[in-house]
Amino acid sequence: MSPFKTTTKGAAAFAMLGTLAMLPGCITVNAPEEPIVIELNVNIRQEVIYRLAEDAGNTIDQNADIF
Amino acid sequence: MMTRTTQFARNAAFALVAGATALGGIAAPAYAQRDPAYASARASGDIGEKMDGYLGIVGAETPALRRIVNDINIKRRAVYSEKAQAARATLEEYAFAAGCQAILKTEPGEKYQAPDGSWATRGSGVPQRDARCP
Repeated sequence: MSPFKTTTKGAAAFAMLGTLAMLPGCITVNAPEEPIVIELNVNIRQEVIYRLAEDAGNTIDQNADIF
Repeated sequence: MMTRTTQFARNAAFALVAGATALGGIAAPAYAQRDPAYASARASGDIGEKMDGYLGIVGAETPALRRIVNDINIKRRAVYSEKAQAARATLEEYAFAAGCQAILKTEPGEKYQAPDGSWATRGSGVPQRDARCP
């Protein structure tokens, strides 16, 4: 009985240590510069491009000398 | 009297033909063709269509290529600006939308900018475009 209890305690302590060790790790993973790229892409939204598609196509046809 | 009527009919027919020719002549310049230097630089792949709606120099830059590209890009920008205002969109949005269409309209052998930023050669199939392009 006694050795079993010690083992459970030990396992619990080990699991806690593991969780604590993982927490700062999760935060540092989110640090890369990727969000900058996403922000640039958001400036031009897909719905706007779809709305302008026909208009832009006509503009190209009407200005064939510069397209 | 008879001769006069025939003469009038002839004149009227001539006027109609002349009018039709004049109309055709007016319609043509609105769809003006590319400058030969620009057309050949496009065909040879020295100039390509960028994703942002403007032209770019694909390989080594020369003053002649730079002059063609700058000249056309300035004109495109003016057109985009006017059309964007009318469509209540930003200049960048309109230019990007035009870029989607311009890349779609490239002909096999011409260069265009792929979504990863590299220059690609248009094949017989559809070009690689930004996910936001319709």
